[in-house]
Amino acid sequence: MNAFSQAVEDGLTLTKRNVLKNLRNPDIVVFASAAPIAFALLFGFVFGSAIDVGGSNYREFMVIGILTQTMLLTATNTGVGIAHDMKLGLIDRFRSLPISQSAVLIGRTNGDAVNNVLVIVLMSLTGLLMGWRIRSNALDAALAFLVLFLFAYAASWITAAIGLTAKSPEVLGNAMLMVLLPLTFISNSFVPSEGLPSVLRVVADWNPVSAVVEACRQLFGNIPAGRPDPDVWPLQNPVLASFLWIALILAIFVPLAIHRYKKAVSQ
Amino acid sequence: MTNAIVAEGLKRNFGTNTALDGLDLTVREGTVLGLLGPNGSGKTTTVRVLSTLLRPDSGRATVAGLDVQTDAVKLRRKIGLSGQYAAVDEDLTARENLRMVGRLYHLGASVSNKRADELLERFDLTESADRQVKGYSGGMRRRVDLACSVVSKPEVLFLDEPTTGLDVRSRMAMWEVIAELVRGGTTLLLTTQYLEEADQLADRITVMDHGRVIAEGTPDELKDRVGGERLEITVGSRSDATHARTVLREIAQGEITVDEENDRVIVPVTDGPAALVNSIRVLDRSNVRLVGTTLRRPSMDEVFLALTDNSRPADAAGVPDARAKERIK
Repeated sequence: MNAFSQAVEDGLTLTKRNVLKNLRNPDIVVFASAAPIAFALLFGFVFGSAIDVGGSNYREFMVIGILTQTMLLTATNTGVGIAHDMKLGLIDRFRSLPISQSAVLIGRTNGDAVNNVLVIVLMSLTGLLMGWRIRSNALDAALAFLVLFLFAYAASWITAAIGLTAKSPEVLGNAMLMVLLPLTFISNSFVPSEGLPSVLRVVADWNPVSAVVEACRQLFGNIPAGRPDPDVWPLQNPVLASFLWIALILAIFVPLAIHRYKKAVSQ
Repeated sequence: MTNAIVAEGLKRNFGTNTALDGLDLTVREGTVLGLLGPNGSGKTTTVRVLSTLLRPDSGRATVAGLDVQTDAVKLRRKIGLSGQYAAVDEDLTARENLRMVGRLYHLGASVSNKRADELLERFDLTESADRQVKGYSGGMRRRVDLACSVVSKPEVLFLDEPTTGLDVRSRMAMWEVIAELVRGGTTLLLTTQYLEEADQLADRITVMDHGRVIAEGTPDELKDRVGGERLEITVGSRSDATHARTVLREIAQGEITVDEENDRVIVPVTDGPAALVNSIRVLDRSNVRLVGTTLRRPSMDEVFLALTDNSRPADAAGVPDARAKERIK
């Protein structure tokens, strides 16, 4: 058996493991969706009455923001799961087996990608109930879901790299939340970025989250009517920018995570 | 006979903390080596280096004829490892864990499934084989873990404290399982804090401290090295015990210890029978009331304490703490 087909086989064996694990812990999907649904309701019905997004419905505006934020927060499960495997000594066992060095991480991120599909479906249904609508065609909508899915997959690799050096799964979960929450708020997710103070606006304009949110709004046909055109490149070309961000994240964090896996030792 | 494990001058630091300080080790094919040592002496680091998980800073080691650094990938096919914590997936069943490990050794689906059934039977796990490991007792988890480590019928098996945290009954059951594995010809390196475990299972024992070997030999050789025999004399009262200690000083080859709880004195001696007769005469003359006497070889506990004490001349108080970190999760 050559190295490539062996890597594929190992990856599949470990994907199966993670899908089984996730199936037996449905609370992961439930909790991954519960907080964002609560957020969606709060933002949509409490803040929504006070935020003006230029004539269109605020709930329709922010559902995409919530969806993108949820993808990022769900990605922390990958890192937390890997930190758990470290703590239990499972990574030691895997590393002592004659498998390809990337198989454990590929299996984990694949398993979580399956979970993310479920989360996307659940959140989209919630959005529909709140008044969000897809106002474009099926092809554009499919592309929007693909952007969300790939963004979540790339984010999983970031948390995987972090999870391999974490002291404990619990600390890791909280630490990542502290980074990710500001990242999603300093963007165009919940408010139009034109209204932000200058420094925050620069951050928001170049934030990958903004590119993904803008891409999805564009592809779903949810750009508020009469909104001025964005004046920065990533928001003028959000779909391309999103794919570039995803490629960049994967190009950095896939090798980094594999490198860390090779050296990972349970403490 | 050839050597299944050879380590030469292994060194490994973690920051300022020296885990291995020039470790030399050999294990002959088909034998069991018990690696003994206090917490933080470098046992786990040794296992991790030999099982390809950790690279040494210097020195070299071969396992099953393969270099642990340059031939790591090939070597992983020939070894089995069971670490300090039962490393099994708690969300999966025992059967699923074993099948997964079989697949990861590239045994193929049908062989993996057959091997899983075989091992479930052998490790007495058939009844609960299809329940999630989550609900298992500590002893059962360890058995699943051990079963996972032998899925590929490894030539060399590493067990890092396989019975730590188990109750006496589960421990004895584990010993039986391990002894059976070894009868099949597997070379085993076993680390343990239980001296009795090494005495029971190991052909040879290596005692480690401060990342170095401080003694090596068969259990009997080590007992000899620490000194002949132990005369255990149980007397009528605590004051008798104190008195006995004073009057037996001339006969003892080393320090006499007093077990106050049982009114017993333990006297290291060389020529056992003669020392026994002498002691009884002396005690009788001194009006010490005798309850019982036993002549025995030193226990592994005594060997261990004697050896590790010698290796710590005026041990700095801070050192054990610093080294303990290596093991503490």
